[in-house]
This record gives sequence, structure tokens and C-alpha cells, in this order.
Amino acid sequence: MTQAIRIKITDVSKIYQSETKTVEAVKNFSESVKDGEFVCVVGASGCGKTTLLWCLSGLHPVTLGTVHIDGELLTKPLPDRVGMVFQDSNLLPWLTLMQNIELPFQIKKKPVNHELVEELLEVAGLKGFENSYPGELSGGMKQRGSIVRALAQDPEVLLMDEPFGALDAFTREEMNLFLLKVWEQTKKTIVFVTHSISEAIFLADRVWVMSPRPGRLSRIVDVNFERPRHIDLQFEPRFIEILKSIRKDVEGSKARQGN
Amino acid sequence: MATDNLAEKIPDFNSSAAPKGGNGPVDVTALASIRRAKGFKEIISVLALAVVVVTLLEFILIWSNTEAYVFPKPTAIIQSLFTDFSTLYREPLIQTVQTFFLGLLIGSTIGLSLAVLVTLKPKLDIFISPYIIILVTTPMVALIPFLMLKFGFGITPRVIAISLATGPMVMINSATGFRRTNAELIALGKSYGATEFQLFRKIRFPFALPMIIVGFMVGSIFGLLTAVGAEMVGGGMGLGNRLIYFSSLVQMAQFGAVLVIVATLGVGIYSFFTFVNRKWASWDV
Ligand SMILES: Nc1ncnc2c1ncn2[C@@H]1O[C@H](COP(=O)(O)OP(=O)(O)OP(=O)(O)O)[C@@H](O)[C@H]1O
Ligand SMILES: [Mg+2]
Repeated sequence: MTQAIRIKITDVSKIYQSETKTVEAVKNFSESVKDGEFVCVVGASGCGKTTLLWCLSGLHPVTLGTVHIDGELLTKPLPDRVGMVFQDSNLLPWLTLMQNIELPFQIKKKPVNHELVEELLEVAGLKGFENSYPGELSGGMKQRGSIVRALAQDPEVLLMDEPFGALDAFTREEMNLFLLKVWEQTKKTIVFVTHSISEAIFLADRVWVMSPRPGRLSRIVDVNFERPRHIDLQFEPRFIEILKSIRKDVEGSKARQGN
Repeated sequence: MATDNLAEKIPDFNSSAAPKGGNGPVDVTALASIRRAKGFKEIISVLALAVVVVTLLEFILIWSNTEAYVFPKPTAIIQSLFTDFSTLYREPLIQTVQTFFLGLLIGSTIGLSLAVLVTLKPKLDIFISPYIIILVTTPMVALIPFLMLKFGFGITPRVIAISLATGPMVMINSATGFRRTNAELIALGKSYGATEFQLFRKIRFPFALPMIIVGFMVGSIFGLLTAVGAEMVGGGMGLGNRLIYFSSLVQMAQFGAVLVIVATLGVGIYSFFTFVNRKWASWDV
């Protein structure tokens, strides 16, 4: 297997500086993501997962180190290659679902790829809701909508920050299956941040475990379950074993922190 | 839920709890949160009460033998409004409305531009804000005698005063709206490569629209007060001037009629912006 490296993170540190204090949100982070790989990032709250993702998107400048996308040094967002899905769907409430999906096209001054949009709406089960406002959609539908908005740009890389964090367990499982279906069809490279260790294991090829303050990469777990994955996978002993060991890591790092 | 979260951060007409503190907008949103009469029955009841109040006032004035020069009877005012409108009131009404609109146009254009400026260059805020606060807290009518020394008796001093009354209101509220725009929405735009102009047009402006409308509403009401007040101070034109004129001649029915016209203008402004808000900025329900 000699897949190309999509994202290369070299010794990245991100330090937030305010008048009163300095926070080392990410420290000496080095790793890479291969083409078509599904990586999940887990860690205790405040350990720097969002910060890492924003650094990968080019939305935050890194303090030290470098990020390369396809060998190119990242200095600003790459709207054509990297898509971002934010926590809390982030649909503009004054636009309909369709207008939300078309917004990135308008910003880029490109014609809307109607064929792709229609196809994605179909897969996402959002057909017939094109003219609904976000306030009229359920939480799960909004999340699917925001994923459709990102995928409609056909980016090679998808960065997702706890996209299903606000959903109930059932909707979340549904969303996970939806995401896997899309990913298996499109073979995007995905970096997916989550609080839920089991969600991470269920989705990922590899799980990055982060420890807090400073936010470091403390462990990498390969997840080799065959695909496509069934939702009952989470009850298999092998799955639970990995879950327990990652949980111990995350809790351990919290305990060391004393919080 | 996601939307609840967002709604909390979005200032709107329905929330009377405008934030306090240095950067907060002028707390007048409560003015816009008055419940609207729903359905035929409620509207009829509201109108019926108004008729009862006016009729009661009429009878109290008759029973107490109040002279017309102390307090004019509602019927006398209404009669004057109908019979004398074209001869006594139309001209001054047009003058006041024209001055008001000119002042509003200039003031709100400058106010909105300054709001954009301090949003793009937050560092400028500390230089501009003190003057805005001074302008908001000073009654602009007080400037009229001073402005008249420089600009004479024409329309200019009044337009300037009205602009100074409306502009800062529009600015404070718009700037607050722009500044409060959800950081993730801005990041979303940036992740798609939006330019600063596109961020404004597609995200900041629509997000801030409810606040901007509140700014325009309060600014307009302040502007109307300033317009009428300025006409009372000097210049020989408009409804304000008529108030002084009729009261000095003790023509209280006519005085009352002008007062009713001024009040109607104020209510008109309020209704207009409430309507605009409901039509174009009611997305956060
Ligand atoms: N803009 C900022 N300015 C200053 N400090 C920040 C900023 N953003 C994050 N931090 C700090 O950096 C650290 C990491 O934050 P980050 O949001 O990346 O954590 P996270 O792992 O995403 O947490 P959560 O799981 O709760 O979302 C935290 O201590 C936080 O307080
Ligand atoms: Mg986070």
C-alpha cells in the first residue's frame, strides 16, 4: 500500500495568547493522513481537537511547525480542496436549505453543480426539503444538510468538528451510517473530531488520541474492522476491547491533569 | 439544540433583554416587543377602547366646563383635522417630512458606514465611540441655535441636527449586530474563500439585520423628535413651528391637531419598521 499523503502535519504547535494567560492548545503535533483515509480525533474536552482542526483548515495560523496539503504549504483556507463541517450544522437561518447549499458556489462565483447536489440530497434523504428553512428541519436533517453543503464542493479533504455532537444516540448512529455510505462512495479523506470514543472506533481507519494541556498526540490506534461496517459492530468483544483501552488513555490523561 | 443556541446569540425584536454593558446597544428593543393584536376580535376591542377613551375625555371636558384654551375637545381637534387639513397642515407636514427624510438618509448612511468601518477595523472603535456616545446623549435640538448662526434659517441646520440624532443610533446598533455575528458563520464563509466584502454581504449583514432595523427605528424616532423640536426653536417652517404658532394664538384645537399629526408620524415610523422586521428579518423564530 503506497497511498499518497494528503495531509502532512509537522511539529505543529498552536499557542493562544491573551492579556492574562497563554494556552498551549496544541503542542509538537506530527502525523500524516493518507489519501482516502478516515481519521478520528478523540480526547478530553479542551485538549485542542478543534484547534488542531482549524489549523488543518487554514482558518487559524499555526504558531510553530507546518501543515502541507498535497505537498503544498498551507497558509490560508483552500476552498476547492478542503471542506469544513462545523459543530452545530452552521446553516444560515435566513436561507433555505437549497440556498445554503448554493452559498459556497456563489462565494466562489461558480455555477451550481446541480447534478451533484441532487445526488447528494437524494443520499442524504433531504429530497423535498430544498425550500425549507433550517428552523423547520430536525437536528439530524440540519447536520445532513451541512454535510451536503460541504460535499457539494467536491473537496478532496473533509474536516469535521463534532458534527453529530448535539444529536441523540439514535440519530447519531443513523448519521454515522450515512457518513460511511458517502465516504465509501466518494473516498474522501476525512478528519473527524468527536467526543465519543465508540463513534470514533466505528468510523475510523485510525484513531488519534489526544491528551490535554498542552494538547499532544498521545496515541494512535489502528482500527482494522472490515467494511462496510454494521451498526452491531459496537457490541463485538474486539470493539469493546479497543474502546476500553482508549477510554483508559483519555481518563488517565485527565487524571494526570488533576481535573 | 443547535438553533436554540444560535437564537440566544441573535438579538431580535422578540427578546426584550438587550445586553447591558459598554458595547451593548441602546436598550429600546423592548419597544419593539409589544405584542401584536391578533385576529379581528382583538383589533376591534383595541379600537373600541380607543373610542371609549376619547369619548370619555370629551365628556369630562364638557362636564368640568374646561375652556377650549386650556384643553381642546377631541371633537374640535378632529373637526379641524378634516376641515383645515389642506389649508393649515399639509404644507408644514410636507416640510417636516422632507427635512426628516433628508436627515435620516444622510445620518443613517454615515452611521451604517461607520459601523462597517469599526467592524473591519476594530481598533478604530475606541477613537470613534466616545463621540458617538456624546452624540447619543446630547439632545440635538440644543445645537439648533448654534447651527443657525453658521447655516442660517434654511433647512440645513435642521437636517444636520436630524442626521446627528439618527446616525449614532443606527451606528451603535448596526455595529453591535455586525460584531455579534456568530464566529462559526464567519469561519464558514472564510473556509469557502469569501472576501471581506462577501462576508459582509452574505453573512454579517443579514445576521445583523434585526439589530440594524432596531437602530433605524430608534434613530428615526429620535430624528422625528429632533425635527419637530428644531422647528420649534427656529426656522419658521414645519409642524414644530405650527405648534409654537397656534399655542401663541391660543388656537388650541389647531394645536391639538398638529400634535395628533406628529404622534401619527411617530406611530407610523414604529409600525413601518415593525413591519419591515417581520417581513425580512423574522428568520430567527
Ligand atoms: N480563540 C481562543 N483563544 C484562547 N484560547 C483558546 C481559543 N480557542 C481555544 N482556546 C483554548 O485552547 C484549548 C483547546 O481548545 P479546543 O477548543 O481546541 O479544545 P477541544 O478539544 O476542541 O474541546 P471540546 O472537546 O470541548 O470542543 C482550551 O484550553 C481553550 O481554552
Ligand atoms: Mg471542540
